[in-house]
Amino acid sequence: MRHESVKNYCLGIESTADDFSVGIVTFDGRILANVINAYVSESGGIHPREAAQHHSQVAEEVVAQALKEAKISSDQIDLVAFSQGPGLGPCLRTGATVARAIAAYLKIPLVGVNHCVAHIEIGKLTTGIRDPVTLYVSGGNTIVAAFDAGRYRVFGETLDIAVGNCFDVFAREAGYRQKEGLPFGAIIERLATKGQTYISLPYSVKGMDMSFSGLLTAILHLLRKGEHPIEDLCYSLQETVFSMLTEVTERALAHTEKPGILLTGGVAANKRLQSMLKTVAEEHNTKFCVVPKQYALDNGAMIAWTGILAYKNGLTLPIEQSFVRLKWRLDEVEVPWVKT
Amino acid sequence: MGEDLNYTMEDAVLLKKGAEANLYLKEWYGRKVIVKQRIGKKYRLPQLDRHIRAYRTVHEPQLMHRAKKAGVSTPTVLLIDTENAEIYMEYIEGKQLKQVLNEMPPEKRLKISSSIGELIGRLHKNMVIHGDLTTSNLILTPEDQIVLVDFGLGELSQELEARGVDLHLLKRAFESVHFKFAQECFNKVMESYARIIGEEEAKKVLEKVREIEKRGRYVSERKQR
Repeated sequence: MRHESVKNYCLGIESTADDFSVGIVTFDGRILANVINAYVSESGGIHPREAAQHHSQVAEEVVAQALKEAKISSDQIDLVAFSQGPGLGPCLRTGATVARAIAAYLKIPLVGVNHCVAHIEIGKLTTGIRDPVTLYVSGGNTIVAAFDAGRYRVFGETLDIAVGNCFDVFAREAGYRQKEGLPFGAIIERLATKGQTYISLPYSVKGMDMSFSGLLTAILHLLRKGEHPIEDLCYSLQETVFSMLTEVTERALAHTEKPGILLTGGVAANKRLQSMLKTVAEEHNTKFCVVPKQYALDNGAMIAWTGILAYKNGLTLPIEQSFVRLKWRLDEVEVPWVKT
Repeated sequence: MGEDLNYTMEDAVLLKKGAEANLYLKEWYGRKVIVKQRIGKKYRLPQLDRHIRAYRTVHEPQLMHRAKKAGVSTPTVLLIDTENAEIYMEYIEGKQLKQVLNEMPPEKRLKISSSIGELIGRLHKNMVIHGDLTTSNLILTPEDQIVLVDFGLGELSQELEARGVDLHLLKRAFESVHFKFAQECFNKVMESYARIIGEEEAKKVLEKVREIEKRGRYVSERKQR
């Protein structure tokens, strides 16, 4: 028998890019399941249609696995949340379709979640940090944001490609192949620790924004010339990119005077980036937190948790209005649950 | 470099401590100068850090020079020291516009707003983006001349976005510190801006300002120091 009054479980579906993931989170913020199934391309980057096909093939299995891990049955779910954007159209639509089907079948409410907001919220939930300047770095996004007047405001962002994208293209061009459980970023990080000589690369901070495409072109050029060991290239790439990220984060911190820095997104696992930000946090006498690895990558748990926050503030989405939003900016989203 | 060259910072007075640079006031060969010293960052590799600071120490005076050529008053640069990442420049007598805009007679306020618009128009027409246009960075001299300072976040660009952000920052500064007449001041700014840069372009920039506002990107006023 279901308790109609007490809401307990939210199932969240993440499918913005190459990962299809389902998370189950309780309304009081306990993460019961977080199953991630990644699409690994044979060659090149993410092909949106192929990724979407992957998602639709594994969806049923991933949902079942999440329910099993959470030790609940499907009819115990009270709420369904899905990543509504930003992301790749075909991938987003696949996730949205699964979410709509579950909501309609179980007759439970549906919530659309902004992917970038979710990365911030899961960082806050899992680290306990309050009101930080967030550096969110992943394959598709590079954003420095902080809360102000009802929204997460973007203080700086990439003007062209994301940091993760830059790293992925470089690693692929260098001949590395992506394997499950070993992202390109991890390969670059490992090589970089053996690097010894810094090679000068374009350092492009414009006001509060950053640009990485020129840097990528430059390092690909150096790679093809073949005059430098790959370790030195990785080392120089990391040092340059992370210095840019840290500089903009420090500016945002000085500007907002927030009490801490939160690092989130797929690139958050990088130890060198962590150490740079930690140095800045110490100099400013503020906290520094990194989201745990399993919640740094795109994941369903972050969607479920953000869905709960939105639901508690009455932000549900009728199925007929649940279209996906490919270019949904972080700073377009009202976040009434954040108070400060 | 010995003390006989009057090169020491010992007698300098710290005016402002920033995230990127510190500003000092000191006596130098019988004149008052401002020394902008870019601070080393521990998180960066020392060689990258030196390179960035040296580059910016050269880049900023270049922008100031370009602004001057466009007819915008900026402090005269006296010395560029890339080794120590220091810029020696003329000390401008006067007050930050932020401190005096509220108290002045309305006609004067509008006249100054008009000059500001003209000044930004000249900058933008010559590809200079200031990057931190607030009323703290506009100095009003005793002769009622306006001098634009701190090109530390500046760049060369003709992009609508960059122009929009410049004007948006100024509008925000008006609204947060001078809210009573923010709108009339900004209208006056846009009016003379359009005269310099052309009606068509000014209209596009204003549209961009509105778009940026809606995005709410730079909603918080820069902390006024």
